[in-house]
Amino acid sequence: MKRNLPLIFAFISGILVVISEFIPHRPFSQMVSTLQDWFMIIAGFAIILGQISLFQANLAKIKEKKSGWYFYLAGLLSFMLMLVIGLLWGTQEYRGLIGHGEAIQGWLGSKPFDYMFDNAYMPLSATMFSLLAFFIASAAYRAFIIRSFESNLLMITAVIVILGRTSFGGMLTAWLPESFKFWHLPNLSDFIMEYPNSAAQRAIMISAALGIIGSSLRIILGIERSYLGSDK
Amino acid sequence: MSVNANSQTERRIVFLVLLLAVALPLIFPIGWKTEVSGYTKMAWNLIESTPDSVVVIFSFDYDPSTMTELQPMAEAMLEHAFSRNHKVLAMALWPQGAQMAEQAFAEAKKAYPDKAYGVDYINMGYKVAGIVAIQAMGRSMAEVFPTDQRGIKYQEIPMLKNIRTLKDIAYINSLSSGTPGIKEWVMAGRDAYGTPVTGGTTAVSAPGFFPYVNSQKQLHGMLGGLKAASEYEVLIGKIGSATTKMDAQSIAHLLILIFIAVGNVKAFRARRRRDAI
Repeated sequence: MKRNLPLIFAFISGILVVISEFIPHRPFSQMVSTLQDWFMIIAGFAIILGQISLFQANLAKIKEKKSGWYFYLAGLLSFMLMLVIGLLWGTQEYRGLIGHGEAIQGWLGSKPFDYMFDNAYMPLSATMFSLLAFFIASAAYRAFIIRSFESNLLMITAVIVILGRTSFGGMLTAWLPESFKFWHLPNLSDFIMEYPNSAAQRAIMISAALGIIGSSLRIILGIERSYLGSDK
Repeated sequence: MSVNANSQTERRIVFLVLLLAVALPLIFPIGWKTEVSGYTKMAWNLIESTPDSVVVIFSFDYDPSTMTELQPMAEAMLEHAFSRNHKVLAMALWPQGAQMAEQAFAEAKKAYPDKAYGVDYINMGYKVAGIVAIQAMGRSMAEVFPTDQRGIKYQEIPMLKNIRTLKDIAYINSLSSGTPGIKEWVMAGRDAYGTPVTGGTTAVSAPGFFPYVNSQKQLHGMLGGLKAASEYEVLIGKIGSATTKMDAQSIAHLLILIFIAVGNVKAFRARRRRDAI
């Protein structure tokens, strides 16, 4: 029963949503509206569940002194710090448990949570993403080597797109007469994006959509049961 | 020197040169001009051709990690919407999107200080559940957003007086760096309710969204990366952060091309040496 009940729920909910797409009238439309409300409520609780899971997983690694445990400790402390200051003084216009913290706001210029968000989280987060540039540059240097006809084609395309996506690329071919406008680098880059890229992307999207339909059917019909977890 | 140590040294040189290539144009801007692409012009046209006083949605579906590319877009498009007197409803399908919206409003208000909260713009905050939240907005906006970010009730917000569902929205602008984002707005907003959708995304994600810019107008143009943000700044006649950062990006791209060329020369010479043995 412990396993069958979720399977029955999944089957009924899935079938209802599918039917409502084809018959968007009562009672199906109302039922699906209710299901959507439930989904939003459950998704809200999932965030709390995620935070508890994050806390437990990090705590276990620190207790077991796993390699790099101090990173988990730093993560946990940061998590706790943001949680506590957010709860105590609130965020933006929201009042915290002990008010808005006017005194501390006067000192920091904003609420502690917002101050930490603007001055710690945002720069750190942007830095992490920016590091990609260094890895891309290094990878391009080592891996973008002409070895075959295909890799040659890939590199020519990449060079056109890279140049076409810079201000400099436009200037390189700005001297071309109007009749050769197509060969202007930004136009060539747009052409590659609009036709060969879109064609390939559409093929990927259609295949992915077919795959999603297949796996959805497997879940609705109870063939795919991995979302229920293990039998233990 | 071993092959590994050689490779490590090369990596460090690449990193150092790239750091300089990015940092120097930011300190000493070059001022290269950016050409406007068709996709950016389409997005601009949608905002430009929409009549004034209508309510529009700006969905901030990203977090600070991609703000370098997406925040300049948000600011430029927001300023354009304000210039057209559109009433902007900001919301977020990503948890940190609400703060991104606050920052974009603060920046846009420097150019439009008369815009009043609740009358000309509103921040409804983060809404969980992605595409399901959008579908529910098609049924009732007030049910999805009982209050705004500040706790003001939906019914008490002047600019939302006549807004019941997504159908009452003139257009949706999703600035997105992943899922949920543009794709969900196209599927649940444009395809289900016919509300025009435009948006912006990171350069690396842009190719995946181009198929939606089609004859059915699932997407009314799209901004892909910092270059598109700088193109938008050109269209609204603003020299903003994207224009400044574009110099650094252009230099970095050129440098990557040089690295590719050097890497190929090195590989070619190594191959020749191998063949000679």
